[in-house]
This record gives sequence, structure tokens and C-alpha cells, in this order.
Amino acid sequence: MNAAALKKQFESMLVASRPSPELVPSGISGIELPRGCLTEIIGPASSGRTSLLASILAAATAREEVCALVDAEDSFDPASAAAAGVRLPRLLWVRCHHNAEHALKAADLLIQGGGFGLVAMDLGDTPPHAARRISLTSWFRLRRGVEHTPTVLVTVARQSNAGTCASLVIECARERVTWSGARGTSQLLRGIGVRARSKTCSPVFTVVAI
Amino acid sequence: MFACLHGSGNLTALGFEFSPLVEQTAPDTVTLDASGLDRLWGFPQDVAAAMARRAAEIRVKANIALAANPDAAICAARGFPGVSIVPQGDEAKFLGPLPLACLAPSPELLETLERWGIRRFRDLAALPPLGIAERLGPEGLRLRELARGEADRKLVPLDSPLEFEDQIELEYPVELLEPLAFLLARLLNGLAARLATRALATDELRLRLKLENRATYARTLRLPVPSLDTKAFLKLWQLDLAAHPPEAPIVHIWMGMNPVKPRAAQAGLFVPLAPEPLKLELTLARIKKGSDAFFVPPPATPPPAKNASDPFLAFLALRRFRPPRSARVALASNQPSFVAADGIRGKVLEFAGPWRTSGDWWTTNPWARDEWDIALSDGALYRIYCEPRGWFVEGSYD
Repeated sequence: MNAAALKKQFESMLVASRPSPELVPSGISGIELPRGCLTEIIGPASSGRTSLLASILAAATAREEVCALVDAEDSFDPASAAAAGVRLPRLLWVRCHHNAEHALKAADLLIQGGGFGLVAMDLGDTPPHAARRISLTSWFRLRRGVEHTPTVLVTVARQSNAGTCASLVIECARERVTWSGARGTSQLLRGIGVRARSKTCSPVFTVVAI
Repeated sequence: MFACLHGSGNLTALGFEFSPLVEQTAPDTVTLDASGLDRLWGFPQDVAAAMARRAAEIRVKANIALAANPDAAICAARGFPGVSIVPQGDEAKFLGPLPLACLAPSPELLETLERWGIRRFRDLAALPPLGIAERLGPEGLRLRELARGEADRKLVPLDSPLEFEDQIELEYPVELLEPLAFLLARLLNGLAARLATRALATDELRLRLKLENRATYARTLRLPVPSLDTKAFLKLWQLDLAAHPPEAPIVHIWMGMNPVKPRAAQAGLFVPLAPEPLKLELTLARIKKGSDAFFVPPPATPPPAKNASDPFLAFLALRRFRPPRSARVALASNQPSFVAADGIRGKVLEFAGPWRTSGDWWTTNPWARDEWDIALSDGALYRIYCEPRGWFVEGSYD
């Protein structure tokens, strides 16, 4: 038996021995998030990452779960989140005043404290070089913290930072911007079309302006 | 053994310092169960002396009497000044010289006894019980028992006041948080044990520290739910004092707990996941060392209901820049054509607007601004606005 076959057999045995995590809906068909795992949502600015996060928060709070949003750059807009269906009284908003280290620490404390259905860490506006400075050990600690808990851990960033610690990476890319009306006169931003790619699926969804 | 305090001042508080079983016999008389105090102080004389010392300290003027039964102690305290110890078995002899007025009989009965020439305890005690029963009835018999010091009964105890406070006077000032934590733990454990014996919990902890510079430093912790978790309390105090340290070394610690009924909540199998309130409080206290954490209040006006039945539909979210970024905007035909701000630079490809918004027009500081939604050549969508102070980028659509 060659090495490739051995590796395949080993991996299949490993997969069979570990139960697959429970998946929870994200509010967008085709995107489901695993509990007890780290999920990364990545993409450039205006690629629909935050809208997808708002949809995930709306779905979680609709399940009456208590959620936490660790906001590294103080960029959360409660008004648009409420309009997206997020039940704000069930959302703990941690404002970290443009400090990614505080955000990591807060996420770690929230996970250790337990009881949250979803903990989201928003590094969407954190400069890529600052996000990359977060050591792999920190990501590993977060992954270990959330393991064997019913909490969904989600991070939003411009690029993947957690590496192998992330069980699922959803890459958002904007496909189109929809404007209505005649250009230069009375246009209106109607929404954007987003393709979310992950290793299992790549649904396209529409994000409409409120 | 029973003790009686007869006099003026806060007799009840004095009584509770020595026994949990205290009876308010009369406004000027307090009787307490003193059994077991001999193990602390020794002979009854020593117990009485300890009471007298404490009474002097808290400025209570009282006669103190110790006896084998409560009524003998009451009679002795009312009749003899200072400290009296009624010897067990010789109560009648000891109480004999006292006037009958100490028994507080009814005026008619007192008049009858005076007409008979009975004026002292010993006179009444010497009368035959059968004759007293025939002539004076049960009240007469009761008075005879009291005069002989033979009446026995149970005390009717007062409920001790529900004040859960404790304090420590320090021999030397404490400067560091770690040694202070040991003292706080001692107070917390004592108070929590007292609450637990009454099946109570607390929802508010108060701490008063006297500092070396004679200032008083007070902090209060309010808990989301009643609890008796002393470890969590201690951690909360540590975090609170680390965030708000007193300005000078501590010489005196006072702590109080607000007694409330404990939370009775039955967790259900199908109740959604939620953090344990006290644990969450602790987590928030830790997070607040570098960040702000709070549950978001619901919007004053609920957002318009959207039809979210489409599984491929989401709602566009705004990422706010706090504070808004000051921008330089080039205009062409009164419309933005180029935008430059901190971290943002690009040609305007598409735009929508302007949308005029205004507010506070009913105050002296009204505001108005024109908002634009723009697509820049850097690939992002932004909301910018123009007001008298200039142009700003409010956030990006994402």
C-alpha cells in the first residue's frame, strides 16, 4: 500500500472517529455554521461580509440564543443590524476602541465564560498587517476554547488569519452593485449581489439596501 | 442561665451581642438566654462583668442580673442596682428583700396585699399556696411563684434585625490588593454564611474603606441576580478595586450585604443557551478593563418589517467609522467626483443622493447635512455627507 492510500485511509478513519459538529443555519440558504468550531468570513470591503454576519446574528437571536459581537474597530451599526432582524437585547456588544488585542482577549473571556450561542469577532476594518500580527497560538487558544461547546465562533476579516485553526472559511466576493434610476440624476443604491465561497458550497445571495 | 438588662439605651442591640435569643420583656427591660456564655467567660460573675463592660462601651445604663430562670433575673434586675447574680436554689432568699412593686401586680391586688401587711417578696413567698389560691386566685399564685423565684417559662425571642454587616479594624494599613483580598474573603465568607443560615442571598454588596488619610472610600456592587457565590463576589471586588483603587492605604474595612430571597429558577431542557448571570457579570467586569461591553438597547422606533422569506436575501449593513473620517471631496457639477480621506482614496464611479437629513431644529443647535451613497474606484461603497464643517465619510456598506 503506497503512502497516498495510507494517508487516505488514515484520514477516513479519523473522520469516522470524530462526530461531525452540529450545523446551525445562517439565514442564507446553503450556508451553515458548525457549533464548537471557528468560522472565518473573509473578503474585501463592501463584499457583503458584514451583511452575512448580520444575517447570522439575526438567525441566532431568532433562536433565542444570546450572542456577543466583539467589535475591534467600533464599526457596528445597531440601526442597520436591527433592520436586518437582529434582536438587539440578546446581543452583547463589546467595543474594543480600535484595539485588536483587546478584541482577542474579550473573545477569549466570552468563550471561557460560556453560555453564548454565537460569539462574533469583527476584524473587518482592522488593517491586514495588524490582523496578521495575531499569533497562531491565540487562534489555537480560541479554537480550543470553543471546542466541545455549543458556541459558534465567527470572525470577520479582510483575509484569512486563523489558518488551520478555522474549520470553515467563507470567502465573500461582490458580484454586482445594483443602482436604480437614471445615472447622475435620481439614483438609489438598491443592493449588492454576493457570492460566498466555502469548501462545501458557493451560494450567491442578494444583499438589499434598507 | 438567663440574663436581664433593665435600664435605658439600646438594650436590644446589647442583648444581641451576647445571645441570639433575646426577649423584649418591657420597653426598659430585655431578657436573654445566657446559657453557654460561661464557656466563653467562665463564672456567671465574669459573664455579668463582660456585659457591664460592653454596656459601658456603648453607653447603655442598665442593671444586670443573672439567674437560673428569666423571671428571677427580671425581678433582680428591676430591684437591685448594678450587677446581681441570683444563686441557683436560693432565689427566694436572694429576692426576699425586694418590694412587691417589682412584680408589677394589679393595683387591686397590691392594695389587698398591703392591707394584709404583705410588702416584700419574702412575705408573699411565706404564704401557703392553697390559701392564696382560695383568696387571690391564679394571679396570686403566679405572684407567689415569682416572689419565690420558682416561675419558669420560655423566652419569647425577638427576630434579630436583618442587617448583614461586618467590619475589620486593621492593625496596620494595607496597601496592596492581594492582602486586602484575604480580608475581603474573610468578611464575604462570614456574611454569606449568615445569609445562608436564614436561606437568603444578596443582590448588592457594599464596601466602605477608611483610609490612612482619614478619607472614606465607598464602592457598591450590584448583582444581576441574588447569589451567595463568595468566590465570584471576591473576584468582582478584586476587579472593581483594581479598576478603581483607593487613593491611600486602608485602615478599616466595613462590608454590608443586602439580604434578598434567593433566585428560584428551574432550568429547562428546551430553554435556549444563555450565560449564567453571575458568571456573565464576572466576564463583563474582566472585559471592561480594556473595552466597553453592554447589551444593546432596542431601537426607539422599530425598523420597518422586511419580507425575509427569501433564503437568498440579506440586508445591507453599514460599517460606521467612529469618529467619521474627514474627507476632501472634488465636485463636478455639484456632485462628488473624487474622494480622499484617511485610508480611502478613489474616483467616484457611481453615486446616489444627495439625501437631506436634519435634526434638533427645535433646539438652539440644529443640524442639517446632505448624504450621498457612492461607489469608489477602490471597489468599496461608502456613505459620505456634507455639512457646514466640511465633508465626512460616515461608513462603508458591506
